[in-house]
Amino acid sequence: MFLENKPGRLSEPCRLLADAGINILTLSVADTQQFGILRLIVPDWEAAKGVLEKAGFVVNVTEVVATEVVDQPGGLATILEIIEEVGLNIEYMYAFTFRCNDKAVIVFRFDNNDIAVTALQAKGISVVGGVELYERARQ
Amino acid sequence: MNTFAIDNQILDKEETMPRTELQALQLKRLRETVARAMNVPFYKKEFAERGITPDSIQTLSDVRRLPFTTKEDMRSNYPLGLCAVPRTELARIHGSSGTTGMPTFVGYTHQDLKTWARLCARFLVAGGLRPGHTAQIAFGYGLFTGGFGLHYGVEEVGAAVLPVSSGNTTRQVQLMRDLQPDALICTPSYALNIAEVARGMGIDPRTLSLRFAHFGGEMWTEDMRRQIEAEMDLAAFNNYGLSEIIGPGVSGDCAARSGMHIQEDHFLVECLDPESLEPTEDYTYGELVITALTREAMPMIRYRTRDIAALDPCVCECGRTTVRMTRVMGRTDDMLIIRGVNVFPSQIEEALFQVEGTSPHYLVEVNRPDRLDEITVKVELRPEFLSDKMSVMQTLRDSIVRRIQTVAGVHAKVELLAPQTLERSAGKAVRVIDRRNLQG
Repeated sequence: MFLENKPGRLSEPCRLLADAGINILTLSVADTQQFGILRLIVPDWEAAKGVLEKAGFVVNVTEVVATEVVDQPGGLATILEIIEEVGLNIEYMYAFTFRCNDKAVIVFRFDNNDIAVTALQAKGISVVGGVELYERARQ
Repeated sequence: MNTFAIDNQILDKEETMPRTELQALQLKRLRETVARAMNVPFYKKEFAERGITPDSIQTLSDVRRLPFTTKEDMRSNYPLGLCAVPRTELARIHGSSGTTGMPTFVGYTHQDLKTWARLCARFLVAGGLRPGHTAQIAFGYGLFTGGFGLHYGVEEVGAAVLPVSSGNTTRQVQLMRDLQPDALICTPSYALNIAEVARGMGIDPRTLSLRFAHFGGEMWTEDMRRQIEAEMDLAAFNNYGLSEIIGPGVSGDCAARSGMHIQEDHFLVECLDPESLEPTEDYTYGELVITALTREAMPMIRYRTRDIAALDPCVCECGRTTVRMTRVMGRTDDMLIIRGVNVFPSQIEEALFQVEGTSPHYLVEVNRPDRLDEITVKVELRPEFLSDKMSVMQTLRDSIVRRIQTVAGVHAKVELLAPQTLERSAGKAVRVIDRRNLQG
């Protein structure tokens, strides 16, 4: 979502989603002095999109990549090295983890998600699908 | 290949008169105008000072011996001091909104109203309107000349009027859907507003019955024409006029749409350098100075319009022999001087249209925070161009800044806005806010 950088602009979408009973799994905000980009991960994105658009917000849906990493020192570095090798950039990532057994999940937005997924899977990193991600988040 | 947007049709023989015949008619009418103007104390005094009588007008270029009339002259003769006929002869009074100062009023006789309707009918026919069509008029009805001028023009053509007036945009769309008009008549910015509201109602404006539109009342660009035509699937025609002269009907597009034909049998138009007041070369921009040749109630001699355009004497492929004018690219009084550079809001609009991702909804703000002028351009983006990637948004902003630098020659701060952020207008869109004076 594209937001003007003004007091109160962030709370309005959050309140709308809350009133609709939609839980935000995580969010990230990128901002400049004048505008900001609000990115949200919600389990039922279609419902969330509907609620926000009805209130006049412009919402775009973006594909992201959820990867499984071993929750220990060096886990993230391994993934970043694979991405560097194929010459991709990370546009942004969600700085949170879902823990499941001894594995954590990190969500990335690459400049090319398809190449990233192929490269990660080739190195034995498992990529988590949307349904499974929401399932884990619920636990 | 047929380069015309629609069928080419011409209403009156005066539109295709041989130039020599037309100029003889203009000279005869200029003399008559000078004679009528002798009944106005303001002109009587000015003429006396210059030794002018109707007989002193021997050629058309003698118009240059006549005094100018300015907006200030209208104000100092407020409200109807420039009328040449007794008050009882007036059939209608129109006026300017007075948004930039004291309002001004213009009187019409019955004959003036007939002339005006005919002038509007000419450009409406040139732009496709035919008997049997229906035209939806979304210009405000009132003192503003747009609504009533076009209303009687549509009737003169023999077409049906749908007099909705401006505003209540949802209803405009409902009426278009239910009554299926052939033509839309309003300001170009309001047409974009209507298209946007239609889409919000789940109606694709391209599926509506509209085939052409006649736009006037404000400045717009060729890019905006292309955009409206694509968004609404119609042919858009430009027309020009101003209330001080008569209202809409001074000039209008023909089917070729390569300049607006000036209705020269009724108006003598000069294009002058606004500084030296010398005539500009053909095809060179200058201020339009208009003498109304047939106005009875209020003869207007060499009115300084402040509108900047260029004249094109080249014969048009449509068959009309009249001189064409370019669209108005600016006004001498809305030209912004930013750190010494002359900038017209139309140049900013042109730059914005050249960058993919921007919408036609924008606002230019001028400030002087620290003794230096600062220009900020706020522009709404198209929804599909809003990205989750900051790099994409910043690249878009940078390319707008570069485009404005190239087209207008100034460095502007650019603010990106979400769709539907700026206020919409049903009439003339507010494009410029100059805060420099307020801050002293």
